Amino acid sequence: MQQGNSFTRSIGLIPSSVMIGVFFLVPFVLILLTSVSVPSDEGDYQFGLSLVHFERFATWFYIERAFFSAGLCALIALLSLLIAYPFTYMLTRFGPRSQTLWLIYILAQLSLSEVLIAFSWQILLSRTGGIGNILAWVGLVENSFAMTPSAGAVLAALVYLAVPFSVLLLFPALSRLDRSLTEASRTLGASPLRTFFTVVIPVTRPAIISSGVTIFVLTLGAIIVPQVLGKPEHWTLSVLITDQAIFNFNMPFASALAVVLLIISGGVIAAVTKFSGGRS
Amino acid sequence: MTILRRLYLLIFALYLIGPIIVITAVSFNEKRFLAFPPRGFSFRWYAEIFLDSGWSGALLNSLIIAFASATLAVLIATPVAYTAWRFGLRYARALFALGIAPFILPPVIMALGFLLLFTNVGMHGLMINVIIAHAIFLLALPLVTISLGLESVDKSLIEASQTLGASNAVVFRTVILPIAAPFAFAGFAFCFVLSLNEYIIALMTVGFTVETLPIKIFNALRYGYTPVIASIAVVFLLINIAVFSLIAKFSHLTRILGAQD
Repeated sequence: MQQGNSFTRSIGLIPSSVMIGVFFLVPFVLILLTSVSVPSDEGDYQFGLSLVHFERFATWFYIERAFFSAGLCALIALLSLLIAYPFTYMLTRFGPRSQTLWLIYILAQLSLSEVLIAFSWQILLSRTGGIGNILAWVGLVENSFAMTPSAGAVLAALVYLAVPFSVLLLFPALSRLDRSLTEASRTLGASPLRTFFTVVIPVTRPAIISSGVTIFVLTLGAIIVPQVLGKPEHWTLSVLITDQAIFNFNMPFASALAVVLLIISGGVIAAVTKFSGGRS
Repeated sequence: MTILRRLYLLIFALYLIGPIIVITAVSFNEKRFLAFPPRGFSFRWYAEIFLDSGWSGALLNSLIIAFASATLAVLIATPVAYTAWRFGLRYARALFALGIAPFILPPVIMALGFLLLFTNVGMHGLMINVIIAHAIFLLALPLVTISLGLESVDKSLIEASQTLGASNAVVFRTVILPIAAPFAFAGFAFCFVLSLNEYIIALMTVGFTVETLPIKIFNALRYGYTPVIASIAVVFLLINIAVFSLIAKFSHLTRILGAQD
């Protein structure tokens, strides 16, 4: 029935394999090799095996940055899910037309460059063009003031960045939610709110957890918002990697930090899949 | 209850769209300094995107890179998704999983990897670098959309045409392609939009030689405020909306995003 064996079928895969191999696996291996490279005399580096760059990481300054990054991203994942979940639930109950319109808008905003989101929040939190102005106008504060740079500004902009992603991540599970479950709960006399908390949320728990992890990893990758809206002490690992690679030309240390970032994101993904996989 | 619901929806919509409204308003300011509510009204900052050679050059670079990398990504993804679906080869499925990985990792990791690769082989700052880099980074999108499209092909149709004597190539062209093409287009469009807006990989591959729009915006941000950025934000949002509307029109948006039919 089927023509050809698996060998001839694989021939068509050669160009794709070469591309993925050369441009994904090789860069990946290069990061690992560079992170354990040996510094040479001219300030350059050569491949070898040395943990000197990881030793540099193992100081309180960088460990604190790693904890700060992880904590910030966990908080953002939590907040954005709290904001997005009820909306996504309602969205899946809309008619197909308004559902599509909302999704188009959410996709459009989600694709907007992080640079532009950072810029918008810079304006929103500025002295002359944003929330400060509104507060002064309402009379809550005496004079308008700038709210950047601050940790709160970084948090607000990153949550804003993460909310559309949360909606899209939660959307599949919520739109596939078995309607008969909620209907049964309503017929048995539960209020809509009670149904939401005792039926909808428990049923979609695996999706909530996996979306949370994805948001966590996603915000770990944020680079511009912490730079534009925060002080250097609000910089996350991603910013430090960029800083080391582009402005200090320290590839080995940037690679070591990238390995740490990889371990954090990979570790969280693995831990959560294992933890939630056992129960769902 | 309904009032609470409406209220929540209103606040959510305001939260989502509010910042965009502020940017839009600011982009129509007449003077160079930042003011909200805007003073005066002018299209000056929109004209400047196209009149100022710095901005229009960056826009052109971004468009070329987005188009080329989206094309390349679809070309790489199609055989992988097709072989994995049609023959269920273990190798194709492994390749599929590898192709998804770059998109899941924090982008700075891929960016650093590309930087190391291109400096090690001595290819400095060529535009082709960022085209390849974006294609690999965004490969997951056409992979996922194309295999979604293929899954909606009825396998009994293929068997029927084969019994009637059609070769694999004919089956591909007459049965599979018409159904899967809109999904491949969706993958292309997703890549195009995300490449257009991507910053860190572009910075690390060609940041000092080819200026893309996000790179130029970030550089401009560091030297202070210019209303052109606000008008670019509006233009980009409109481009994004247009592209996703096209996807919604020509293929099944809610299905691509994971809803059941």
